[in-house]
Amino acid sequence: MAEQAVTDSPDHVAGDGVRRRDFINIAAVSAAGVAGVSILYPLISQMSASADVLAASSTEIDISAIKPGQAIKGVFRKQPVFIRNLTPKEISEANAVSVSSLRDPQTLAERTKEGKENWLITMGVCTHLGCVPLGAGEGETKGEFGGYFCPCHGSTYDTAARIRKGPAPKNLEVPKYEFSSDTVVKIG
Amino acid sequence: MSFPWAQQYKPVNPFMRWMDEKLPLPRLVYNSLGAGYPVPRNLNYFWNFGILAGLCLGLQIVTGIILAMHYAANAGVAFDSVEHIMRDVNWGWMLRYAHANGASAFFVVIYIHIFRGFFYGSYKAPREMVWLLGVTIFLLMMATAFMGYVLPWGQMSFWGAKVITGLFSAIPLVGDPLQQWLLGGFAPDNAALNRFFSLHYLLPFVIAGVVILHIWALHIPGSSNPTGVEVKSESDTVPFYPYFVAKDGWAVGAFAFLYCLVLFFFPNSLGHPDNYIPANPMSTPAHIVPEWYFWPFYAILRAFTADFFFIPAKLMGVLAMFSAILVWFFMPWLDRSPVRSGAYRPLYRKFFWVLVLDALVLGYCGGAPAAEPYVMISQIAAIYYFAHFLIIVPIVSAIERPDPLPTSITEAVLGKDENVPLMASPTAPFPGTQHSNA
Repeated sequence: MAEQAVTDSPDHVAGDGVRRRDFINIAAVSAAGVAGVSILYPLISQMSASADVLAASSTEIDISAIKPGQAIKGVFRKQPVFIRNLTPKEISEANAVSVSSLRDPQTLAERTKEGKENWLITMGVCTHLGCVPLGAGEGETKGEFGGYFCPCHGSTYDTAARIRKGPAPKNLEVPKYEFSSDTVVKIG
Repeated sequence: MSFPWAQQYKPVNPFMRWMDEKLPLPRLVYNSLGAGYPVPRNLNYFWNFGILAGLCLGLQIVTGIILAMHYAANAGVAFDSVEHIMRDVNWGWMLRYAHANGASAFFVVIYIHIFRGFFYGSYKAPREMVWLLGVTIFLLMMATAFMGYVLPWGQMSFWGAKVITGLFSAIPLVGDPLQQWLLGGFAPDNAALNRFFSLHYLLPFVIAGVVILHIWALHIPGSSNPTGVEVKSESDTVPFYPYFVAKDGWAVGAFAFLYCLVLFFFPNSLGHPDNYIPANPMSTPAHIVPEWYFWPFYAILRAFTADFFFIPAKLMGVLAMFSAILVWFFMPWLDRSPVRSGAYRPLYRKFFWVLVLDALVLGYCGGAPAAEPYVMISQIAAIYYFAHFLIIVPIVSAIERPDPLPTSITEAVLGKDENVPLMASPTAPFPGTQHSNA
């Protein structure tokens, strides 16, 4: 294309290559393009999470009062986090499931810390569209698989908080956490 | 822009003559909404809904600008500032109810306007661009309505924002970062509320701009009409002013009556009580639903409960929901029938009414809880919805035998009575009949 223009141009002198005017044209448009993109970058980036939102990134929660079969809701990044003390029956139910049959295949062991398999810590955020599933609070339905049930679109999770039925694509997310002591867990 | 017999703008007043030379704005109005715009004489009441939609937009902009003077877009005080409008601001309760119910009125009007287009084939050549711009306006309206519903920062506001922005997280790879970018955080909070307010204020003016393009594109071929037969002669038309200005005035009065009935006697009938509970990120209401005008699309979203080949159920639901509107863009090319109006298309007409019924069923299911039998009914209705556009419409347009069309609009209105004055003889059309079907 450029060569075509060069050969066609009446003021072209053989061997000169690109005309000065072509060069100025391309350089000017390129510079304007780069400038345009660099103006766009801050305009887009300003919409991402701001520093104060990112700073509120870890929480410590006391778990000493949670008896087997109970759960509490904590807050992590302004979203609920479920901390659940599984009963031996719930643990064996979770282990009895064939992992390959799951939509998001994971074992209970992969979703808990070693030696603390009864502590199931997940985000309380349905992986479908972000509602808070029921099942952590006293008296709430746990759904047909004994874990959590999302009332918005009917996603049902089992006792390892794995998706078993409904539209959600993933298991409830396990956040990064560690046990600061036997009774305190630090999330984030 | 117009037919050759259109009345010419002739300013008499010296000031208007001076104005016409400097800025011919009165001429533009005269030629668009005045005596200079000839309109088919047989337009029925369904042709009043364009002007009603414009009225609704104006109503929303006026009430919205006033509400913005009293509202505070901050997660800490937004809910209280809405209650302040309701209880303390002079006439605040009326302005807020007028705005909230105005959104519903806008969607009632626009749905009738859209289905008028489906029945009478308004999307067909030469008016494809009018239709494409109209669908664009509808998409902008949906975005505006959604963001407006978030502003009171009640429970439904918060969870609506979470669920709808959650739709974007279904997109592979970039989904989660995209959702965080849209919200400015991990969950809806102050950043999201502020930007939604900013955009909710901006978008109605963008809509107004596209409305001007919509009307501009319409006025090139001129309005369609219930017969779908193009204007052929002067006797097929009457000037917009005074005839349709008067008829539109009647429609505005009828609309105002129904609107005020809801506004003053049932102002909360279309809302959700849960939105009078302040937003609580820790607890989802037992039954979250969007506003009624999103229900058919919400039902399609929820209809996908199992993975579809390799596409996850969540992404499939999102794609289907957006496709349900995007498919409208293709209507001018999916419907190949040369006959425009459903009045002369016996088969298409039947399927049109099935589509109306299907949309109502989807709407009902979208407002119902996510449980059986509603999920299965939504699945069947969603399949039918897409089948209508992608299979039934193309096949019907190919195999259907349409009823005979009238020779002209005048004949359709006055019949073949030889004694009727103004009748255009089909064999000897008036001069200037170059406006045939494009």
